[in-house]
Amino acid sequence: MFGREHTDREYEHELHQLREQLLVMGSHVETIIGDSITALMERDTALAERTIAADKIVDRMEVELDGLCLQILARRQPVASDLRFITLVLKVVTDLERTADLGVNICERVIELNAEPQLKPYVDIPHMGREAQAMLRDVLDAFVAKDAARARNIIERDQVVDALYAQVFRELLTFMMESAHNVYRATRLQSIAKYLERMADHTTNLAEMVIFMVEGEDVRHLTSRGETDESVRRNDHN
Amino acid sequence: MNLAVKTTEAPAGSLEVSDLYVYYSGKKAMGPVTLTIPGKQVTALIGPSGCGKSTFLRSLNRMNEMIPGCKVEGEVRLDHEPIYGPGVDAVAVRRRIGMVFQKSNPFPKSIYENVAYGLRIGGMNDRSELGGRVEAAIKQAALWEEVKDRMHESALGLSGGQQQRLCIARALAVAPDVILMDEPASALDPIATAHIEELIHELARDYTVVIVTHNMQQAARVSHNTAFFYMGDLIEFDRTEVIFTKPKQARTEDYITGRFG
Repeated sequence: MFGREHTDREYEHELHQLREQLLVMGSHVETIIGDSITALMERDTALAERTIAADKIVDRMEVELDGLCLQILARRQPVASDLRFITLVLKVVTDLERTADLGVNICERVIELNAEPQLKPYVDIPHMGREAQAMLRDVLDAFVAKDAARARNIIERDQVVDALYAQVFRELLTFMMESAHNVYRATRLQSIAKYLERMADHTTNLAEMVIFMVEGEDVRHLTSRGETDESVRRNDHN
Repeated sequence: MNLAVKTTEAPAGSLEVSDLYVYYSGKKAMGPVTLTIPGKQVTALIGPSGCGKSTFLRSLNRMNEMIPGCKVEGEVRLDHEPIYGPGVDAVAVRRRIGMVFQKSNPFPKSIYENVAYGLRIGGMNDRSELGGRVEAAIKQAALWEEVKDRMHESALGLSGGQQQRLCIARALAVAPDVILMDEPASALDPIATAHIEELIHELARDYTVVIVTHNMQQAARVSHNTAFFYMGDLIEFDRTEVIFTKPKQARTEDYITGRFG
């Protein structure tokens, strides 16, 4: 008794399908991040355009997955880990879709940059791109493996991306101060770095959701919630 | 102690169960079970057929004693007073801990007489006092508006849902502390079920309610606490929101999510 599969095979199949489709969507987003960085590095406008078009698939999958979740909620009244999983999918698709949109934004900036000579060799931005892509891959793996420890590790890695962004920002400022002719390209590169930094934030959200799915613990905004409690206490003493 | 007389201070109506075992013809059917059912809340008992939940429910008001070959060990205390103590009258216990069954079972008498019956047995004869208590109980069971003009018609003419609420009124008339319900809505349509569930919410203001249900959504909807039984053991007992979002035991999780193997 008490196997891990649902007695109702149809229900089991629906949940399985939801999990599979979510992973397919995740891998599409991962490809979009990788291709947007390749388009930047290789100054490949055609690849940037193809990547923008590929975002349509992600948009469609978001709608389909939302629909599947609503259908399961309405028909199966899921509870416990199933309920946590389905509410998680509803949120995950939003973060995934936004991550793909940021990939589209990168491609749009790449097309603009490719019309100009290259400002500087790109070092930190591709580093950020690889890290954002790896974080997404790892969070999807953590999701499949139901591995909360790996998800916690991803949350810590967000700080690396934040630090890289600060570094890129400082460097681009020096270019802009050096010559007004650099501003157009530098602001585009700065936007790209910001998009990558935002991608890592979305991935951090996903990692928090994986922890919630596995452990049932909500780890979002722990610091800010802690500060709020502290400030409440301080106000009480006043 | 005299269980028939309620003390003036409002009792909390909590049931403390410790190391309770039930045997049928020498064979263990349930136990050991230790838990405290909080007063004036709804506690749901869930689990597959034969898991011991109805046996447990019946042991809470000594209903098991009516079954030949049944033996109970351990202790159940209502507001700290043992209900299995020496010299404690089982009938008096059942007056304070009433029961409503799966199939409504009104007497083949009038609506009024059904509710007045328990009070008459208890020695109440004053006509106006009886009338007042009957009306109050029927109102509390959310049935008054539907039956006030036909109090002296047969109870058997009521619909299934109305009969079940009449049985609840009958249990309430003798002013118990606890109401035990064994699948009270399983034979009713969704509207009648919603009426009963609404009523259970209302009753929890004044009474402790313990309900056995096969319908897990019903347990999730109506109860404050949920106990999951499996093969005669209490597997998990916690706040209902915890049981249905983050149960601690894998067997609870498997059962409520529908993974029966």
